[in-house]
Amino acid sequence: MSASIKAVRIALVAAMATIGSAAVYTHVAAQPKERVIKIVAKRFDYTPGNFTLKKGEPVILELTSADVLMGFNLPEFNLRADIVPDKVTRVRFVPDKSGTFTFLCDIFCGTKHEEMNGKLTVVD
Amino acid sequence: MSDIDRRQFLKLAGLGGVGVVFASALPGVARAAEADEFYFLQLSDTHWGFEGPPNPDAKGTLRKTVASVNRLGFQPDFIVFTGDLTHTTDNPVERRRRMTEFKEIVSELKVKNLRYMPGEHDASLDNGKAFKEFFGPTNYTFDHKGVHFIVLDNVSDPRALIGDEQLAWLAADLKQQRNDAPIVVFTHRPLFDLMPQWDWATRDGAKAIELLMPYQNVTVFYGHIHQEHHQLTGHIAHHAAKGLMFPLPAPGSQPNRTPLPWDPAQPYKGLGFRGVDAEIKEAEYKLTEYPVVTKVQG
Repeated sequence: MSASIKAVRIALVAAMATIGSAAVYTHVAAQPKERVIKIVAKRFDYTPGNFTLKKGEPVILELTSADVLMGFNLPEFNLRADIVPDKVTRVRFVPDKSGTFTFLCDIFCGTKHEEMNGKLTVVD
Repeated sequence: MSDIDRRQFLKLAGLGGVGVVFASALPGVARAAEADEFYFLQLSDTHWGFEGPPNPDAKGTLRKTVASVNRLGFQPDFIVFTGDLTHTTDNPVERRRRMTEFKEIVSELKVKNLRYMPGEHDASLDNGKAFKEFFGPTNYTFDHKGVHFIVLDNVSDPRALIGDEQLAWLAADLKQQRNDAPIVVFTHRPLFDLMPQWDWATRDGAKAIELLMPYQNVTVFYGHIHQEHHQLTGHIAHHAAKGLMFPLPAPGSQPNRTPLPWDPAQPYKGLGFRGVDAEIKEAEYKLTEYPVVTKVQG
C-alpha cells in the first residue's frame, strides 16, 4: 500500500469517529438556520422566563444549570430534559401548535421548586 | 357499630374547624376471607415548618388536628400520613428538627398505629435519608383485617420516579394477591397525569397503574395537591386528600399553583382530613337463570 492511500484511509477513519461521537452537534451545525435559544436554570427560575417562537420554526434549546440538577418539562409538547450542572443539554424542537404554554422544573430542587416555571408563547 | 351511627357521631362530635371527609367504602372488602368492618384516617401534607400568609396559624393547625382526631368518639384502627409531613429545608439539621417536632406532636394522638410515608418536601433533597431515620422505610406493605395495603414511594427520587427496582418489588408483591383481593395503595403524588404543568404527576406512574390494573379491587389514596379530588383510571379509583397547612387551587383554575389565600372569615377553609370506611357489603347475589324444562344431569 502506498503512503498516500494509507493517509486517505486514516483520514476517513478519523472523520467517521468524529461523526459517530458527536452526532447531535454535527446535526446542529449542518442546519445553521436553526435559532439557538439559551436557557439558564438556577434555583428557582429560568432565564429567560418567557420566550416566543414561531409555529413550525425549528430551534435548538440550549439548556444549562447554574447550580443543581434541574428539569425542563414542556408537557404540551411532550418534551422534557434533565439539565445537569456543568453540561450543555441541547434539544431540537419544532413547535407545531400556537398558544401560550407552561414549562417547569420537574426535579425537586428546594423551597421554591413549585414556583420554578416559565412561559413559552408560540405565534402563527 | 353501624356506619350511620359512626357518621352521625362524627357529625355531632365537633371538629374544631378542621374538616373531615368520609370516602366511599372500599370495593372488594366483602370478599376478603378475614373481612371485618373498620375505618382509618388519612392525614396529608401537614408541612410542619412552613411559615407564611397562607396559614397564619401554621404552628397551631397540626395541634388542632390532633385534638380533633382525639375527640372522635370512635377512634380509627390506624392513621396514615400521606407525605409532606414537614416543609422542605436545605438545612439537614433543620430538617431533622422539624421531623422531631412533628413526631412529638403526633405522639399525642390516642391512636398509636400510625403509618408514615414521605412527600417530596420530606425526602427529595436527601433521597429519603432523614425520613428513614425518623419514620422507617419509604415503601412497604401491611395487611389489616383482610385488606392489603401498599405504600409506594414516588418522591425519594427527586425526578418523581418510582423506579424500576420498586416497580419490580410491587410486581412481586401483587403476584401474591388474588385478583379480587381488596388492595389499597398509599402514595404521595398522583400516579396518573393529573396536571403535569403543575408537576402533579409521577413520571413512571403509568407503569404502577399497569401493574395494578389486573386486580379488580384497587383504590389509591394520595396527597400532594392539597385538595379533595377523585378520578378513575379504568376501574381504579384515585382519591386525593385535603392538606393540613394550606389549600391549593383546583387543577388549571389559575395560572400558577400558588396556595389559596387564608380567609379570616373562614379560618382553616380548605383544610381537613379524611376518614375511610372499609365496609362489609350488605348482600351480594349470584344469579342463575333456569328454563322451564331442564335436562336431567347424568
